[in-house]
Amino acid sequence: MSVKVQHLVKVYDVQRAVDDVSFEARKGEVLGFLGPNGAGKTTTMKIITGYLPQNGGTVEVCGFDVNRQPMEARACIGYLPEHNPLYRDMYVREYLLFTAGIHRIPNARKRVEEMIERTGLQTHRQKQIGELSKGYRQRVGLAQAMLHDPQVLILDEPTSGLDPNQIVEIRQLIKDLGEEKTVILSTHILGEVEAICARAIIINKGKLVANAPIEELKQQFAGQRIVTVEFAETTEARLLQQIKHVQQVKSLDKNRWQLRTAPEFDIRAGVFGFAVANKLTLLELHKDEYSVEDVFQQLTK
Amino acid sequence: MLAIFFKEINTFFSSLIGYIVVGVFLVLMGLVMWVFPDYSVLDGNYANLDTLFNIAPMIFMFLIPAVTMRALAEENQSGTIELLVTRPISDWQIVGGKFLACFVLVLFALLPTVLYYISVYQLGAPPGNLDSGGILGSYIGLLFLAGAFVAIGIFASSLTNNQIVAFVLATFLCFFVYLAFGFLSRLPIFFGKTDDIVQAIGIEYHYNSVSRGVLDTRDVVYFLSIIALFLAATVLSLGRRKW
Repeated sequence: MSVKVQHLVKVYDVQRAVDDVSFEARKGEVLGFLGPNGAGKTTTMKIITGYLPQNGGTVEVCGFDVNRQPMEARACIGYLPEHNPLYRDMYVREYLLFTAGIHRIPNARKRVEEMIERTGLQTHRQKQIGELSKGYRQRVGLAQAMLHDPQVLILDEPTSGLDPNQIVEIRQLIKDLGEEKTVILSTHILGEVEAICARAIIINKGKLVANAPIEELKQQFAGQRIVTVEFAETTEARLLQQIKHVQQVKSLDKNRWQLRTAPEFDIRAGVFGFAVANKLTLLELHKDEYSVEDVFQQLTK
Repeated sequence: MLAIFFKEINTFFSSLIGYIVVGVFLVLMGLVMWVFPDYSVLDGNYANLDTLFNIAPMIFMFLIPAVTMRALAEENQSGTIELLVTRPISDWQIVGGKFLACFVLVLFALLPTVLYYISVYQLGAPPGNLDSGGILGSYIGLLFLAGAFVAIGIFASSLTNNQIVAFVLATFLCFFVYLAFGFLSRLPIFFGKTDDIVQAIGIEYHYNSVSRGVLDTRDVVYFLSIIALFLAATVLSLGRRKW
């Protein structure tokens, strides 16, 4: 186990920011850390990296307890904190060499060049960090986290504030990293978890509410099948309810409806028949899958 | 620790900070030593460097806090402190690296004043008629004093994320530790032996003692303790997130 968190508790004044959270992250896995703002994601990450002490429970990184063997544990963690703090007046290459110096990386120059290439910073290596755009700064943040080739990467909202192209690139980078390392990544962008994580942990108000592979999470909540339908004309919920197997009808917009059924039925043919019988024009008809978004909303309500 | 030391030194000399500190110190010192008639060595009739050693602590009182104010306050402000303390180095190494870098910068400012010694040496009648032992002692005293001021400055910088607050606080603390105890000892509530003790808490007492050219172990221990005390307080303040 690369990261093992057991019964973690963190109390701020009276509020329990993290309340009995346990999970594990394996090598070769990208673990998504989900939760609404203030749920305790960042606090948990700060405890794993040894920045904050916990009030209870234990954290082991690469077999080292973060409190008892802090130096060994820290050496195998690469950390990208929230808001990606950097020395704005340093140059990209200078900053990475400084970081390499702290980690006492042998052959620092070569390693720094490697990281610059891997993160696509070649054309910016001689620039001051403060001059870089947010996307490039994020790359510098990732480069410093990966510089000492750590076994575990802790990334706190690595794609926040990036443009869509940059998001795709950074995600790909993280996904590649995840193949050989343990990556724990927090986000509140649900699509991100679906795109890069194999497994997700959802915490809400400091409590762990889900810990499962993404597919399983979706299935767990796929107790119902949803069909969205739109007609050109108005109709009534009462009439829609009469379609065979429909359990629940919900009005979305003026003429759009959401129909829920048990998962084993496909009612799309029935809806079409209903439209013909009632002389309605069918504009839209599709079957929805339960998304992580639904799971998230249900769990963190 | 060396990585942090070199990074800080680089920052001083790749920005204007280093040059301004060295430049301002030397210009001020030069004016007082050779131009302003009230203090000028040329009008003083004695071949000594007393002016240098009396004025330098006053300049340091403002200059050193200006050097140290960003040391940790800036890291607190930008959040880089979080990255720094989660790296596999101890808090002592972080504080030690910053302390050494600021101290070396002050050393750079002080180094050219050796020229003053050479000048006064030549101006003496006959040349070389000055108390070299006393001057060496005074230099050692000044280095200890600078070390103490740097430690105080780093401590003040660790308390806040605002550099101006760090500067003002450090200036006040430097003044207090350097001069205030001497003044306080003259209060009528301290009489007999107590005023001696109060005076001996301040830096001035020990600075003057070393300046006489006698390197007393008590003074050395005093200065090293002051430096260690403030560095320990800095490490404690760095770890306050853990309280």
